[in-house]
Amino acid sequence: MEMILALAIGVLTGSGVWLLMRPRSFQVIIGLCLLAYGVNLFIFSMGRLYVGAAPIMPKGGFVDPAAYADPLPQALVLTAIVISFATTALFLVVMIASRGTTGTDHVDGKEREQ
Amino acid sequence: MVEQNLLLLLVLTPFVSAALAATLPVGSRNAETWLAGLTMAVVLGVLAVLYPAVDEGGTITSKLEWASSVGLDLSFRMDGFSWLFMVLVAGIGMLVLVYARYYMAADDPVPRLYSCLLAFAGAMSGLLLSGNIIMLVVFWELTSIVSFLLIGYWYHRQDARDGARMALIVTATGGLCLMVAMILIGQIVGSYQLEDVLAAGPQITGHRLYPVVLILFLLGAFTKSAQFPFHFWLPNAMAAPTPVSSYLHSATMVKAGVFLLLRFQPALGGTDAWFQIVTGAGMITMLLGAFVALFKHDLKGLLAYSTISHLGLITALAGIGTPLAIIAAVFHIVNHAVFKASLFMAAGIIDHETGTRDMRRLSGLAHAMPVTATLAIIASAAMAGVPLLNGFLSKEMFFEATYVWNNGSPLDNWAPYIAVLAASFSAAYSLRFIVTVFFGPKATDLPHEPHEPPALMRLPVFVLVAACLAVGIAPQATLGNWLTSAGMAILGPDLPHFSLKLWHGVNPALIMSLIATGLGVIIYLLPRRWIDRGEEGLRITRALEFARFFETGLQFATVTLPRRMLRRISATGLQGQLRVMVLMGMAAAYFALGPLDWNITLPEISSRELVFALLWLIGGACALAAAWQAKYHRFAALILTGGVGLVTCTTFVWLSAPDLAVTQLLVEIATTALLLLGLRWLPKRDEEIAGDNNFTSRFRRFRDLMIAVTCGLGMTAIALAILLTRPGSSVGDWFLRHSYVEGGGTNVVNVILVDFRAFDTFGEIAVLAIVGLTVYALLRRFRPALESVERPRPQVEAEEQALEAYLFIPAVLMQWLFAPIIALAAYLFFRGHDLPGGGFAAGVTFALGLLLQYVASNVRWVEARLTILPVRWMATGLIVAASVGLGSWIFGAPFLTTHYQYLELPWIGKVPASTAMLFDVGVFSLVVGAIVLMLIAIAHQSLRVAPRSRPTESEEQS
Repeated sequence: MEMILALAIGVLTGSGVWLLMRPRSFQVIIGLCLLAYGVNLFIFSMGRLYVGAAPIMPKGGFVDPAAYADPLPQALVLTAIVISFATTALFLVVMIASRGTTGTDHVDGKEREQ
Repeated sequence: MVEQNLLLLLVLTPFVSAALAATLPVGSRNAETWLAGLTMAVVLGVLAVLYPAVDEGGTITSKLEWASSVGLDLSFRMDGFSWLFMVLVAGIGMLVLVYARYYMAADDPVPRLYSCLLAFAGAMSGLLLSGNIIMLVVFWELTSIVSFLLIGYWYHRQDARDGARMALIVTATGGLCLMVAMILIGQIVGSYQLEDVLAAGPQITGHRLYPVVLILFLLGAFTKSAQFPFHFWLPNAMAAPTPVSSYLHSATMVKAGVFLLLRFQPALGGTDAWFQIVTGAGMITMLLGAFVALFKHDLKGLLAYSTISHLGLITALAGIGTPLAIIAAVFHIVNHAVFKASLFMAAGIIDHETGTRDMRRLSGLAHAMPVTATLAIIASAAMAGVPLLNGFLSKEMFFEATYVWNNGSPLDNWAPYIAVLAASFSAAYSLRFIVTVFFGPKATDLPHEPHEPPALMRLPVFVLVAACLAVGIAPQATLGNWLTSAGMAILGPDLPHFSLKLWHGVNPALIMSLIATGLGVIIYLLPRRWIDRGEEGLRITRALEFARFFETGLQFATVTLPRRMLRRISATGLQGQLRVMVLMGMAAAYFALGPLDWNITLPEISSRELVFALLWLIGGACALAAAWQAKYHRFAALILTGGVGLVTCTTFVWLSAPDLAVTQLLVEIATTALLLLGLRWLPKRDEEIAGDNNFTSRFRRFRDLMIAVTCGLGMTAIALAILLTRPGSSVGDWFLRHSYVEGGGTNVVNVILVDFRAFDTFGEIAVLAIVGLTVYALLRRFRPALESVERPRPQVEAEEQALEAYLFIPAVLMQWLFAPIIALAAYLFFRGHDLPGGGFAAGVTFALGLLLQYVASNVRWVEARLTILPVRWMATGLIVAASVGLGSWIFGAPFLTTHYQYLELPWIGKVPASTAMLFDVGVFSLVVGAIVLMLIAIAHQSLRVAPRSRPTESEEQS
């Protein structure tokens, strides 16, 4: 389980980083999305992995924390999901506006000089 | 107690009036004048009431607790010295405000002027009355900023903008130096209270940091009071309207520097360094200012340099620092303010009535405006130091101070000679002003026919000139008491006896005065024709144009140097910058983790995890394929990314994070919809990119691939290392223990978001709102790529068919689904506190329900039936969330403290009722608004008509 998730985080991060450094704006936006998945999973995994132990408790009283999933990384990732949606939306609009005004989808607004 | 509150009133009233003045309509010169005049009258009235308390060395203090833990309190303090200064600020302020009524043209935006002038009066009051030295600096900077706004009042003029900028840079930089000095003083003394600082003189002067403190302090004072070598900003500030020059740049603001010198003289003064620097700078400034003033052809230029010279005189007196010199300095502050303000106003009248300030053109005005001429002549005689006028008395005291005091240093020995020389130049330029402007043949080529101004415009000048005469003739009766209490405030109760008298008998000061006046007449009259017609100044003073040095330096520091550095160190494009960022991240990880040992044994993948492994086989393949395809096949890449999102979502379900799964799924839908809408405006990528397959491009890709692979391997290693290490105690345990007891919810994640860490969530929804508005704003002026302007094929075909046939069955289904989706949103919302769900998930669901309607039918159909005002949803959300937070203040709890209890409802049973749920309502509303705003803003672009197909007006008419 841990091995698989770690590999998944690695693949997502690697693809995201590669796309981040590409010259076309759409590549960068997809890269950001992939990177966001990778980072979210990474933050999430900081609380270790629990199978079948949701952070929902019975009503009342004290509980034994060991029996539940760590809620803190989950709360952090929830925020991160929202923020990455917001940045994607913002970047998307900048991207199509830049395509309109510069006439190219290169991230610098002009093709590289050969 | 009354006195303390009155003290606060002195500072606050002008600011309140400034806010009022800013809101009056543009053309209301009279209303503005009444408002401002009454404000000043109130201030003067309060000052009159407070005088008995500051007489004979008394002080009034008032203190409002603010940030006591760091030594910051709003404390105000008034003594005889600041009282006298306040009278100047309010009295001259009142006269200037009346004068400005007639000086400004009807179409000038007067509310701005009056508002700034009143704000200046407030800032100046704060500066004078601050009992805390940090607060003093804050008000000090505030006066610089208001001065900037006022110099740049006519901001369509280049010289006004340049002058304003120069003044701000010089004085505000000085203010920053002053702040550092004050902080150091506070650290040395152990208190930021003015009283304590003034009492700790020996402690400061004996400290090893004293030279640093002194230099920084003097930088502040010298820049403000235009002392050499920072004097150059003042002449350039003359681009301001004349009332401003008269009020800020001669009578009050520029005196703040000398005020500070005198105020802190007991704490910082009395050392040799103080004497050498302060007196030296003052003497140089005095001589230089007087010399340059003689050659100026511009009336205001002459007065500006004369102001610099007189400020130098006061500075020199502060440097000498004997009790009599201090008294003389205070006396000259008052005298100079009175005669120079009246002279500036007279210059303004001349400018106003003749249309020019050039002394080469003005001549013989005594015939056309005899009253103004008389007043101006008396005022300039005071400036020259003619007996029976106030300027004479303080100049005598100055001569005496330079002559009497003796510490044997070269500067001290030269002081009397420099003083006489400067005074003779002063007499010379005053004489030049009188002779060229008012006497001689009548000027014939003036822009306007000169005549007397309105009587009320002359009145302020008259009042000030009357004060010059009154003080000059009966100094003891008019100013004696005030000067005594001001002197006591600076020097303490054992003030030496001094007598303000016109006639002290024949003494050295009188002889010096006579020599200076006589010399002044000779200096002007002998080379008169050359001065009147020639160039402005000698070649050497023109070569030493400090303003030009300043501009050159500024150009270098703010334009040339940054550009050069940018060329040197900046990456050429975004790719390079991102690459550097990634590499830096890798380097940071390497240095942080490099020293650690790797003692992780890799686990076997057991057969039970096969499904999970298959899941991520798909996920990983999707991610790699998306990375592969994103360049030319955007749609495919988007779908593949969606696949990764779904796998992530499944992982969350698998690993006990239902809240994340719900949110991820919903956001996934919203993101995909958004990107699909955006793809419509991104023209198809041409597969041929020039030079894409040459060696350098291949090399670049290979290098980036290596970086990416390293990143991926590194992240895998880090994640693996952490996952296989036993966890320590987590903060999460605390949340699990307290979530139900203190937050009243069983869904800990939701309780963290809306209760324990609600402030973070508040920030997060604010970010979402900002992004929503930004997207909306960016799309308002959106110009699509030319290739994507044409309507896409399916839409064109749909128009050819019957409109109803287009997506008919899906449309009906989606319309039916609308109500269930809304119900689902409500369900998710209400169970949020105890079970997976919550305001955020509900908001996205709701927004998606609305979006489906847009997808199913066309935009016009939906908007004819359903009005959504996303911006109001967002505003409501923010207001609800904020007011829930503020509401806890009513109960004396910190921002966003929540309260909860379970309510027993009939039929339904126990229901959690928490203020956190109200907060969640805010989150819900904002999320709906922001997502709908973004999606609809993009969706609405389809309504735009292609520019080429839009019928022009002429075609429509024909």
